[in-house]
Parts: sequence; C-alpha cells; structure tokens
Amino acid sequence: MKFQKATEFALYAVLELAADPARQLTAVEIADKYGISAHHLAKVLRDLGRAGLVDAVRGVGGGYRFAGNAKRLTLMDVIRLFEDVGTDSTDTAPRTAGEDIAEGLRFVVAELDAQTGATLRSISLSTMLKLVARRPWATEARPARRAARRAR
Amino acid sequence: MAKAQRSDPAEAIDIRPATVADLAGVIALDEEVTGLVKSEYWHDMFARYGARDTGSGCFLVAGNPARIDGFIVGEVRAWEFGSPPSGWVFAVQVRARLRVLGLGSRLFEAVCARFRAAGIDRVRTMVARDNTVIHSFFRSQGMTAGPFIELEMRLE
Repeated sequence: MKFQKATEFALYAVLELAADPARQLTAVEIADKYGISAHHLAKVLRDLGRAGLVDAVRGVGGGYRFAGNAKRLTLMDVIRLFEDVGTDSTDTAPRTAGEDIAEGLRFVVAELDAQTGATLRSISLSTMLKLVARRPWATEARPARRAARRAR
Repeated sequence: MAKAQRSDPAEAIDIRPATVADLAGVIALDEEVTGLVKSEYWHDMFARYGARDTGSGCFLVAGNPARIDGFIVGEVRAWEFGSPPSGWVFAVQVRARLRVLGLGSRLFEAVCARFRAAGIDRVRTMVARDNTVIHSFFRSQGMTAGPFIELEMRLE
C-alpha cells in the first residue's frame, strides 16, 4: 500500500514529535531530517494542529510540540486525517453482465483492506516508536540472507 | 521502619503457575471479561497446560485463589503448519481496572521466559481481527505479523 505524501509527512512529524513530547521542533527542522518539503510539511502540521495532535508554539524559538497521548493514538488515527479510509464498499450500481467477477474482486480486496485496517488500528504511536528502536527489519533479514547463501 | 507501600497495585500481584484451586478465579475473571461461563474449557486447559509438568505447557496466574487478576496460557508447538518449534500463547486476560499498569506485560514476559528456558526463540499468537485491545497489547509487547495467514471456510 502507498500513502499520499501528506499522510507520510504527517506520520513522520507525529512520530518525531511524540518521541520527545517535551521538545519543540520547527517544520524546517523536521523537513530537513526526513528530506521532505518544508512548505508541504507546514500545511500538514497545521492540519495536525487543528486535529489536536500537535501544538504550535509561536514566536521566536517557536515550533511544534506533540499534544496527544502516544499510548492511545494509533497510526490509523493519524492516517484517517489525510486518507479516505473505511469507505463503504457497498456498490449500488446496476447489475451488469460482469458483476459476479467484479463482486469477487471486491470481496478479495475487502479482505486486504480489513487486514490493513486492523494492523494500523492496533499500533499506537508508542508501540511504533518501540518498534523503530528495536529495528526488527534488520534482525529478521539475517536468517533469510543466511538461507539464501546456503542455497547457492 | 514501615515497609513503603507500593503505589502501583499491579506491581504487588504475584505471578505463579496455576493450581487447581485457581480455576474458580480464572473462570470468574473470564466470565467478567467475556460474559461467558466456560467451566469445562478452563478445566480442560488446566489439565493440558497446567496440571502436567511437561516443560512445554504453561498456565500462569496473577493473584491468589481468592481473586485471580490475570492469567496467560501457552505451549511450545513444533512442526504444525510446517513451523519449527515455537511458543504459542493461546489465552491472556487481565482484570479491566488493572490494565495498562504492566500486569499483562509481566504475564507475557513470564511465559516468554519459560519458552526461552525451553530453548525456544520465537513466540506466536493469533488475534481476532476486530479485537483491537488484545491486538494492540501483543503489538505493544513487540510482536509483529508472522509468516502465516489464517484461512477458513464454512462447511455446508
């Protein structure tokens, strides 16, 4: 699955700020760290502020600070601010000759959507930050590479 | 000097292997959470994973027979679905008002310690897709999606 840029930027910003709620960062500081557009990020941060996830600190030395509860907020809570999730897949279009195949494909895609939604709803920001610290993608790759070398 | 009182009620609760005297408390806690009385089920679970010290089964409780505040049940399973030996957690429950206080984590760590002692380096479980609470709990312990997909079919 691929997120829109705004969603990706929002996740970067929220996780970066939630990692240290006492810290203030400007849009430029976050954008520089992630190699993304500061202008686009600034718009995203305004949306996150309106949703109550971050607080804007005005004035000299201002920036943004995390305003939520990292143990309660999930990745889905952030994503749904920028993506169209949980849309009703009920199709009310008139039945056509190809409807059975179309409905079959919707059934399979719905299975993937349900799985994705459940996963994103289950991962809090706090859990996500712990996962980042553990780097499971680095340790899980090692047995796979060993197996690949043995197979050669 | 008086003993300092523990401010976190969950920290003071002991975790230990279940005994037959704990079953009434386990059944009561399960009924409180699920609304279902599963007496026969829990007696069977105890017989399989608690009563016999096989080294591969594990039924731990938190609390005392007068009041069980949590439990966890697991077992080492080998070669089912082609999986090398790994620890499986079948059930975990914590009294609602004691959640998010670390008792679930302590129960999970206790069962993982038993799996490690048995030479196991992986723990697995399965969660209902709409049970976000338990799904979030296992994720918060560091679990991520495994290499299996659960499939099912209605038999008519």
